[in-house]
Amino acid sequence: MGRVFKYGDSVDTDVILPARYLSLYREEDLAAHCMEDLDGSFVAQVQPGDFLVAGENFGCGSSREHAPIAIKASGVRCVIAASFARIFYRNAINIGLPILESPEAAAEIQAGDELEVDLASGVIHNLTQKRSYSAGGFPPFLQEMIDAGGLLPYLAQSNPPQPPQNT
Amino acid sequence: MGMTMTQKILARHCGAQHLEAGELIRASLDLVMGSDVTTPIAIQEMERYGLNRVFDPNKIVLVMDHFAPNKDIQAARNCARVRAFAQQMGIPHFYDGGRMGIEHALLPEQGFVAPGELILGADSHTCTYGALGAFSTGIGSTDMAAGMFSGTGWFRVPAAIRVNLSGQFQPYVCGKDLILSLIGMIGVDGARYKSLEFTGSAIPSLSIDDRFTICNMGIEAGAKNAIFPVDAVTLEYLEGRVSRPFTPAEADADAPYLCTIDMDLSALRPTVAAPHLPSNTAPVEQFAGQRVDQVVIGCCTNGHIRDLRQAADLLRGRKVAPGVRCIIIPATQEIYLQAMAEGLLETFVQAGATVSMPTCGPCNGGHVGVLSDGERCVSTTNRNFVGRMGAKDSEIYLASPAVAAACAVRGVISAPEEVI
Ligand code: SF4
Repeated sequence: MGRVFKYGDSVDTDVILPARYLSLYREEDLAAHCMEDLDGSFVAQVQPGDFLVAGENFGCGSSREHAPIAIKASGVRCVIAASFARIFYRNAINIGLPILESPEAAAEIQAGDELEVDLASGVIHNLTQKRSYSAGGFPPFLQEMIDAGGLLPYLAQSNPPQPPQNT
Repeated sequence: MGMTMTQKILARHCGAQHLEAGELIRASLDLVMGSDVTTPIAIQEMERYGLNRVFDPNKIVLVMDHFAPNKDIQAARNCARVRAFAQQMGIPHFYDGGRMGIEHALLPEQGFVAPGELILGADSHTCTYGALGAFSTGIGSTDMAAGMFSGTGWFRVPAAIRVNLSGQFQPYVCGKDLILSLIGMIGVDGARYKSLEFTGSAIPSLSIDDRFTICNMGIEAGAKNAIFPVDAVTLEYLEGRVSRPFTPAEADADAPYLCTIDMDLSALRPTVAAPHLPSNTAPVEQFAGQRVDQVVIGCCTNGHIRDLRQAADLLRGRKVAPGVRCIIIPATQEIYLQAMAEGLLETFVQAGATVSMPTCGPCNGGHVGVLSDGERCVSTTNRNFVGRMGAKDSEIYLASPAVAAACAVRGVISAPEEVI
């Protein structure tokens, strides 16, 4: 169970993790600046297990993986949006940050609502409003990758490490 | 049912005869690119999962451009980390120091892009190379790590929007005005998950630099890629840059398009995108007279030689208005040399502008012209998001080089005709 932080349409990666912090890459350093230019109180308030809910085109703009890493490292359990920008969508899946696409849920869920989410089935329960939504599952290939914990663990499983080259 | 240009290139790279929009594929890559911002995370992730080799050192290009020349100690550490990785993996194409340039201008210029190729870059503006008829798209650091290791990437085959171009630009109207107008029409997610395929009778009249600008900002409409057909203009640009064989992809006559958008170039006006979205566009007149603190002419969108010539045409024999800081950034060393040979750099300095070495610089608030609180900047870059160039309440107006130069001369937002 977790609480909802709610934002609007076209939340771009420049406000999720401002470019001035792009030379950072440690997870905890990125989490310390998450959402800084959109919601200065986010970092102080977010608790492990909370949810981000937003409108259309979440994560548009720069390809920086710093943005989903910062969100994941803040303890956010899942991002629910009406739609995602494509690079953010694949980055999130690649690094194992759960995301669910549901225009209905994104419209009706309010800031501060308590949610529970079943990631395997894509079902979102709004405990506050006593409503449920189905965001649908992922295609099998993506589900396999998500189950492995992301793209690299998935690749590492299918390609066992080999002796270093050129060293 | 036929295939679009994009679908054909993807099909060739995954050994399929036919692909339809929505299919998930694993395709082989011709090139993987990363910058000083995205590569350190890719290296860290490869190390974390024991992926200690790369598929082909010659098919990886690493460009230090965002915070380079190193703007601070952390940036220096990041570049050092990437430099060490390039050495360890035997990656020859590492660009730094006096060889550097902004990646999306540098890769085409150095012959890393040919028609029909499939390129992944860990930077959202990788879609620029569609100007040469390649499929190229931006991805994050994890995809970059996976691409460097395996030489493959996963893709959802995109559906396409066709943009049919006719007519000719009026004076002082260019590719930037075209793409800003298109984004204004369809919105920042108007092409989300989709290809933008350009076609039509106006294509032969579009310079290669205009095509780079147009494809560069495809991502600003949410597009997965943007692509032009290959013609005489493309082949002329490739001459002397690419010697390997390549196969351009042509769209089938019955290729499926979600819709066709018709644009008449002769109807376009110099166009500006006001804060804080690239889709917030209007003819420049609508903002005329607003005070300007800084003007930036450069970036992977508009730091090409033709852009610098257009800016110089307006700045020649004139002065940057008092109180305005005008910063001009040739996108690569080759463009810098060309601008020097043509006397453009002297024109800029005589006009009272600052000329920077090639770098992303202020485009994403890194260095060389970061904005203070409440400042307004007219910029030829591609994003005007909140805080993109510095302080959170600074403002960015996106425009063409001609409009930006006019604003520098007059000190207020102006159309180029007001200066000439
Ligand atoms: S110039 Fe700007 S948009 Fe282009 S690669 Fe650099 S930071 Fe990105």
